[in-house]
Amino acid sequence: MTALHELSLAALAAGLKAKRFSSVELTRHFLARIERHNPALNAFITVTSDSALSAAAQADRDIAAGKGGPLTGLPLAHKDIFCTDGVLTTCASRMLSNFVAPYDAMVVERLKQSGMVTLGKTNMDEFAMGSSNETSWYGPVKNPWDEKKVPGGSSGGSAAAVAARLAPIATATDTGGSIRQPAALTSLTGIKPTYGRVSRYGMIAFASSLDQAGVLGLSAHDAALVLQAMSGFDPRDSTSVDAAVPDYVATLEQPLKGLKIGLVKEFFEKGLEEATGNLVRESLAVYEKLGAKLVEVSLPSLPLSVPTYYVVAPAECSSNLSRFDGVRFGYSCKDPKDLNDLYTRSRGEGFGAEVKRRIMTGAYVLSAGYYDAYYLKAQKVRRKIANDFEQAFKQVDVLVGPTSPSTAFDIGAKVDDPVTMYLNDIYTIGANLAGVPAMSIPCGFANNLPVGLQLMGGHFAEAKLLNVAHAYQRETDWHTRIPQAFT
Amino acid sequence: MSLETDDVTKIARLAMLEITDQEKPVYAASLSKIFAFVEQLNAADVANVEPMAHPLAGQVQRLRADEITETDQHEKFQRNAPRVEADLYLVPKVIE
Repeated sequence: MTALHELSLAALAAGLKAKRFSSVELTRHFLARIERHNPALNAFITVTSDSALSAAAQADRDIAAGKGGPLTGLPLAHKDIFCTDGVLTTCASRMLSNFVAPYDAMVVERLKQSGMVTLGKTNMDEFAMGSSNETSWYGPVKNPWDEKKVPGGSSGGSAAAVAARLAPIATATDTGGSIRQPAALTSLTGIKPTYGRVSRYGMIAFASSLDQAGVLGLSAHDAALVLQAMSGFDPRDSTSVDAAVPDYVATLEQPLKGLKIGLVKEFFEKGLEEATGNLVRESLAVYEKLGAKLVEVSLPSLPLSVPTYYVVAPAECSSNLSRFDGVRFGYSCKDPKDLNDLYTRSRGEGFGAEVKRRIMTGAYVLSAGYYDAYYLKAQKVRRKIANDFEQAFKQVDVLVGPTSPSTAFDIGAKVDDPVTMYLNDIYTIGANLAGVPAMSIPCGFANNLPVGLQLMGGHFAEAKLLNVAHAYQRETDWHTRIPQAFT
Repeated sequence: MSLETDDVTKIARLAMLEITDQEKPVYAASLSKIFAFVEQLNAADVANVEPMAHPLAGQVQRLRADEITETDQHEKFQRNAPRVEADLYLVPKVIE
């Protein structure tokens, strides 16, 4: 018999429904795996065993009473950026290392209401600032495919947890690639929905015009199930979009005949590792076989997306993180000699080096005399990049390319050079700047390390992306591979 | 573009961050690299381009009715505060 952790979320849902196992059994199975494997991976910051088991027992009673929904009793992990009522919520920062959230994020609330069981909170880059999960106050996360390598970031804990089958699915967030890049580096399916599709309420803010919540799972089908429950209007997030959410599972099987796929020319230029590029190109043969038509598309302003992002995101971060003052919550320095000392020392001691670097970058680009040259200019280039995407989606249904320029790199290899680290997100940032949905799906291995294929769609085209991803996963088995040490 | 340690002192003050003297040259070097990288934006032709603050066209920030929607939970919220007395947040003395 296949072990429970080797099953997809969709298969686990079917098993619960057919009463082949209970939610308590399922939850115990994953909690035992976390206990056994987490010390090596450092994927979790907090494990909520007691509340998980009581939620699972409740789910079993609901299922027995015929009150279960499609997700009732299924375990998941939450990125530690989502506030969880009564549970430590750290954002992987010393600043919040003592913060017990007094309320649930909308994402947490919705998934709780759907009957899902929270196993714990996953490690991440501090305040989601990083591409390798090395900036966490709680230490780096290891890649289950090779523990000397990074799992990607910032949602590295969620990625490692799901890749090692310590949780069947996990929530994550993506400001510049933080769902898709870890998905690529750990062989998972990750989706960042359209900006405004999922409420940001209770999701600790980094760059508010770019942040969006999504999921890291084992397949497009699994991602569709959970995204369905997470999505929808929330009056408590002023940028939440009031639009109906389509049935993502219902359209998974639509045929791709006649689909127009655009290969982004700029994604295959210098900087892309050859083996990664080759795998991505080869993967497209599957789509041609299914009747899709491939055309090359150019997004001429896209090469400016990384510099644009590193003005816009730090500017928004410096503003968002000004709330941490050592007074109302979070880290507070010892024996402040005056109010100014309380503010500056609490922030100086509470934030890590990368977070401080981004706050300073943001403070500088917003300061008098530099605002027009940096911030306003970046906002204008952002418009040009968004216009490129809009033009492209007039010609094609989806855009494709690599998710990351390389496979997972060594822990410590890029920590000393921020610009080299920032370039990991060269292919993912564009979708955040334009606010469009994007996914990464496993498309093979180069030197035994996973490679991700990126799919991007027009605004609110999540159903189309999931459909296109699912079609690939029906023809391939890359997404079912489990790292050797975690079978 | 190159930043000196004095620039870091100024930026740190704007950002309300204590940065030690040993850290300043390290930040001066890495911030200089970032600003040099960002200089690429100067090559872009942005004449007649509207700055973009929101990724969805036509979306505006909603206003809600001016009604009380929150209940008083100050005790719960203040449990996370480092120093509280008589329901008030304490800070070092501001006025002599």
